[in-house]
Amino acid sequence: MDLNLTEEQDMIVGMVRRYVREEILPLELDLDPDADELQPEDRERLVEKTKEMGLYGLDIPPTYGGPDIDLVTRTLIAIEMSQHRAGLYAPCYGTFGGAGLAQLFEATDEQKEKYLYPTLRGEKRGFFGLSEPSGGSDPARAIQTKAVQDGDDWIINGGKLWISGADKADYGLVFARTDADKGRNGVTCFVVDTDTPGFHVRRIVHTLRSAHYATELQFEDMRVPAGNILGELNRGFAIANDRLTRQRIPYAAGCIGVAIKAQEMALEYVPQRETFGAPLSTRQAIQWMLVDNEIDIRQATWITLDAANKANQGQPFRKEAAMAKLVATEAGGRVVDRCMQMFGGLGVAKDLPFERWYREMRIRRIGEGPNEVQRHVIARELLGASLR
Amino acid sequence: MAIRMTKPWMSADEALSRLHGHLGVFQLADADGNVLFIGFAGGRDIYGLKGVVADALASHPEATQVRYELTTSYHTRYRELLMVHVADHGELPMEIPPIRLGKLSPA
Repeated sequence: MDLNLTEEQDMIVGMVRRYVREEILPLELDLDPDADELQPEDRERLVEKTKEMGLYGLDIPPTYGGPDIDLVTRTLIAIEMSQHRAGLYAPCYGTFGGAGLAQLFEATDEQKEKYLYPTLRGEKRGFFGLSEPSGGSDPARAIQTKAVQDGDDWIINGGKLWISGADKADYGLVFARTDADKGRNGVTCFVVDTDTPGFHVRRIVHTLRSAHYATELQFEDMRVPAGNILGELNRGFAIANDRLTRQRIPYAAGCIGVAIKAQEMALEYVPQRETFGAPLSTRQAIQWMLVDNEIDIRQATWITLDAANKANQGQPFRKEAAMAKLVATEAGGRVVDRCMQMFGGLGVAKDLPFERWYREMRIRRIGEGPNEVQRHVIARELLGASLR
Repeated sequence: MAIRMTKPWMSADEALSRLHGHLGVFQLADADGNVLFIGFAGGRDIYGLKGVVADALASHPEATQVRYELTTSYHTRYRELLMVHVADHGELPMEIPPIRLGKLSPA
């Protein structure tokens, strides 16, 4: 593995870095400290800019009009994109676009026409409905939402929890149990229109992420055509699992970007701030925090890039992605915590981004599979698939 | 926490005497309890709820009652209150800045 950036990677990373510093950071000076959206006119202007840069729709495969950028480079970009106040959960406020729900790239032609292409054009939004009140870490067993066949349709009853964006979505991927006796091989993925009778967004779930909420959904005799099954009957868990594994790499990259920005701010601050007649930077306690930050950042970066490299080469990367998610989320939390300590009272004030990063980084150890589950995944790979 | 705001209504004068620089959400209503305005005090509002409620009352002279909640989740609670109002009344009580609101169907 070549640890040096290619000339192209260097150029792209530099371009994204300038974009964040020249376009995003100045806008944040006027936004609410917990904002996760830009004013529409700013968003439109910046989307045009990322299109001119050739970087819009980064995660869309080239066959569907996305830029042909490998996963290692996309990971480097994700690290840059998150280096601002809202960067952990709203990197560059979405101005680089997204792939929507990547599972739809495997959909039937009819499903692609109805859901995928409008999503890529920005005309429709989707949500991913996997976790339930009964649990999210072990979806294969926790899924209690049931789908029962009725002629050419399926009738879905049950509910989902912790679902992002369902209240604003036009459709969603809903995982339901279609065979009670088959465990993970009894789960099917349905594409569900949110205007289907029986689909309800019952409430908002407020969390530490003060600008973004999850929702709780209820399905009451929701009738879905059999043609809306995504993939094969009873094979939905594989769809969910693939998504969960792939998502761990950009999830890790966001934590690294925030940690880098926090460390950069601390490095700028401690030589200026004096206590008892000397700059903070002369204090060993501060120096060690900076050193520990640097080591945390570099470990997380290389482990994450290794996972991206393996995925890029088509090699198995489940263990590596789990390690990246585990290491980067924990390292990111430690780095932000230390930087907060170095800034003292300013560190906890909304004047600076640390308090937001601190809150949001805490969620990262739980989201996309808690870190205990990541350890379980890694142990299973090390010891054999029979580990339960 | 209830989806709908359940804090007691109070007069504008009483609300302004109680409020300080906190983060939070609030509603203004007329004498019959019809909600006229929903707002929040965020991290950049210098005087917090005290400042934004005073400004909102000045812009809505027909408002005679105020109720509020202190919360650091002012963004999500504000959106929730707007969505619940639409679910209950079919429309928003006032013009709002351009944000994309979701759709709730509270039980």
